[in-house]
Amino acid sequence: MTGFVTLAAVRKQWSHTVSIGPIALEIPRGEILALLGPSGSGKTTSLRLIAGFETPDAGRIVIGGEDVTTLPPARRRCGMVFQHYALFPHLDVRENVAFGLGGLDREARDRKVAESLELVDLAGFERRKPHELSGGQQQRVALARALAPEPRVLLLDEPLSNLDPALRERTRRELRALIKRVGITTVFVTHEQEEAFDVGDRVAVLNQGRLEHVGTPDDLYERPATLFVATFVGRANVLRGPTARALIAGGGGGGVGAADGQVLVVRPERLRFAGAGVAGVVKERRYTGAAAFYQVETERGERLEVQAGPDAARVGDRVHLEAARVMTFPEQRE
Amino acid sequence: MSSRLGPAARAAFTVLLAWLVLYPILIVLTEAAHADAFAAFASRPGEWAALWASIWIALASVALAACVGVPLAFLFEWVEFPGRKTLGSLIALPAVLPPLVGVIAFLFLYGESGFVARAVRALFGLERAPWRLQGAGAILLVHGYSMYVYFYLFTRAGLAKLDASLVEAAQALGAGRWETLSRVTLPLLRPALAGAALLVFMTALGSFSAPYVFGGGFRVMTTQIVATKLNGELPVAMVETVALALVAVAGFAVLRRTAGDDPLTALGKGTAPRRRPIRRAGLRAVATAAGWLFAALLLLPHLTLALVSLVPYGSWTTEALPPVLSLVNYQRLFGEPERLRPLGNSVWMAAASTAGAVVLALAAGALVGRDGRRPWRFRGPIEGLVALPWALPGTVFAVAFATAFSVHSPPTLRWVLVGTVALLPLAYLVRSLPITGRAVLAGYRQLDPALAEAAASLGAGRWATFRRVTLPLLSPALAAGASLAFVAALGDFVTSIVLYTYDNRPIAIEIMSSLRLNELGVAAAFGVILMVVSALVLGLGARR
Repeated sequence: MTGFVTLAAVRKQWSHTVSIGPIALEIPRGEILALLGPSGSGKTTSLRLIAGFETPDAGRIVIGGEDVTTLPPARRRCGMVFQHYALFPHLDVRENVAFGLGGLDREARDRKVAESLELVDLAGFERRKPHELSGGQQQRVALARALAPEPRVLLLDEPLSNLDPALRERTRRELRALIKRVGITTVFVTHEQEEAFDVGDRVAVLNQGRLEHVGTPDDLYERPATLFVATFVGRANVLRGPTARALIAGGGGGGVGAADGQVLVVRPERLRFAGAGVAGVVKERRYTGAAAFYQVETERGERLEVQAGPDAARVGDRVHLEAARVMTFPEQRE
Repeated sequence: MSSRLGPAARAAFTVLLAWLVLYPILIVLTEAAHADAFAAFASRPGEWAALWASIWIALASVALAACVGVPLAFLFEWVEFPGRKTLGSLIALPAVLPPLVGVIAFLFLYGESGFVARAVRALFGLERAPWRLQGAGAILLVHGYSMYVYFYLFTRAGLAKLDASLVEAAQALGAGRWETLSRVTLPLLRPALAGAALLVFMTALGSFSAPYVFGGGFRVMTTQIVATKLNGELPVAMVETVALALVAVAGFAVLRRTAGDDPLTALGKGTAPRRRPIRRAGLRAVATAAGWLFAALLLLPHLTLALVSLVPYGSWTTEALPPVLSLVNYQRLFGEPERLRPLGNSVWMAAASTAGAVVLALAAGALVGRDGRRPWRFRGPIEGLVALPWALPGTVFAVAFATAFSVHSPPTLRWVLVGTVALLPLAYLVRSLPITGRAVLAGYRQLDPALAEAAASLGAGRWATFRRVTLPLLSPALAAGASLAFVAALGDFVTSIVLYTYDNRPIAIEIMSSLRLNELGVAAAFGVILMVVSALVLGLGARR
């Protein structure tokens, strides 16, 4: 895979304990890459390294074949949408969008502004000031402003975190459709898995400054590279010791041995109630409509989450569990 | 972005600031460190008396100003009556007018030959003026009169910030009106009151116009320093200056500690209590009358000034009211270029010093104010140096400048500026630095760093970002700070009396010499011009 944006062994040290990298990442032209991770995992810093607001201590950053490692942000041609949008409060929508169009003559600039606002469906809002817009409209102005100068890369820092939940889901799909229409290579930061899966072509999971896994959503969910990815992406039961061995022995492991020091991860939908297997008692039932989640406590006191039909069991039932598919990881030592 | 400017620029700027602000003070310190001078200071009872007078006058001024300002704030913030809004902002005006204007206005109203004294004389048929407006009492009266504004404004701001639900919670827990006031409202106002107390203490300690005009034989440290300097006893004047500076710094430190953290900001914004329209007609009338009376009393001196400016020279002798009113004083002022010169001098010096103070403040902001993410080296020193002139009385700076720039010694960064027109505006500039600096640094702090980054990501370079984003966003703060600095320099008397030359004599000096020549009308006319120009500039600065 040849990258349009390449991060090669990029490292950034903040202090003795806080550092990022080395990160190696190849983003092909036109791809939307989601940077996913818990807060403090270094996802925003990675974005700022690409944008040029931070300079790496080691490694190279290449955009479109040009080494931009030492280039200031103003000359990188990266369009950026900030978490709180950073719209210039003293300028109206038109002036905000035109801000990055300094090189053009007046006519071309006006045309470009109109085009960009058309793109985000905000034609007619030219004269509004940022504070006169709703959160969703502000976000779209920020997007139009970032895209207007026709940057090589679009960078988005938690672009949906300031919208209310009802709006967020719809905006996710619109955002992806818009970026795909423009066809621009995009990196966007989020801490929500659903968002990353919905918008990104591929997702890069970061943890404590390290890149754990880069892959498609399916890949991440079904074949997580590390224990962290397995538990961070989607719901997961994490098991160790005898219960783990018993589940694997029940057939779900497909012959995988559970040696000491191995950790077992099972998704709730991969567990099912059966005639034999790991014994336990249903402690809680959470109904979600099409299915229900059951909290089952084993004899050793571990809690397992099982996804099954709404009528599969009742609270207080003694049940046996079987795993359809399990994943094993070596125990990680911190 | 600041990172690429490098620590060298910050270091150079720190040195420049230190040279302007700290170096003259240090020179005074070394010059004061002479055993004979110190012995002379210590052995004279007059010196200790003046020092003590400065301290107790400052403390008494705080008490007096609080007694006037705090009740007034409650009246205007909590009670609804006709005219509240207009009067409420009018009575805040004296805070921003030059102190000398207030002092001469006071003189014309309550002085021996002022309106009130004349009225009393006429009423009772007295031979001589019923009182002499002189000494500590007169100074205190003027201080209380002009400095209540700080308590008034701070208390009103504190009350406006007060969460109504806190008061309601106290009442729901069974506290009565007085208990709520003493156990909830006043404790919550403590930071506001401490802030006002600090401001009044520093202003009263550094006050020069009132002791100079009304002191008579009663000396405070500021007038004592100027007198000693005029007598040519420079080393003793240095010791006095250091003593005053030490009192100022000590007072600053003590009151700063009292202020503490603001519990109201910690709690976040609440809903302001609603103003209570008084239902009982009698009470309502009392409140209205009190409001109007206060306002009239407090604004009377400034109205008097306007009236006296219309009295032609020698036309008003023993009558209770001036018999003739005309614009002759103004005609003479604007007709004779030589008489108008002080106005021109003050305007250009105020403009130049304000411009300089704005540029320095912007530089300080650009160097230390931007990035909240990481601590910059030199941030503390730069912010401290910008604020320092505020903590020291104007007389201290005037003497320090007169001392530092009376020697030609380029290797130690000293040049002779005494006797040139450049020294006074330079001193104005340093005195304005805390005003513009505070405005700009506060503006920078409110600036979202992402805005500058957004500009950079859109291709704007350092200068373009400053011009197109930072400056427009700072401009309201900048205008407010610059207008305050301009007005302060325009009406300055403290610094001017030590540092002026014939060629740059400012308005305040001209007012004093007119008074000495008994040209009251001319002095008043200058006072009115000063007042009008100040109000115009402040209005311009506050415009959005």
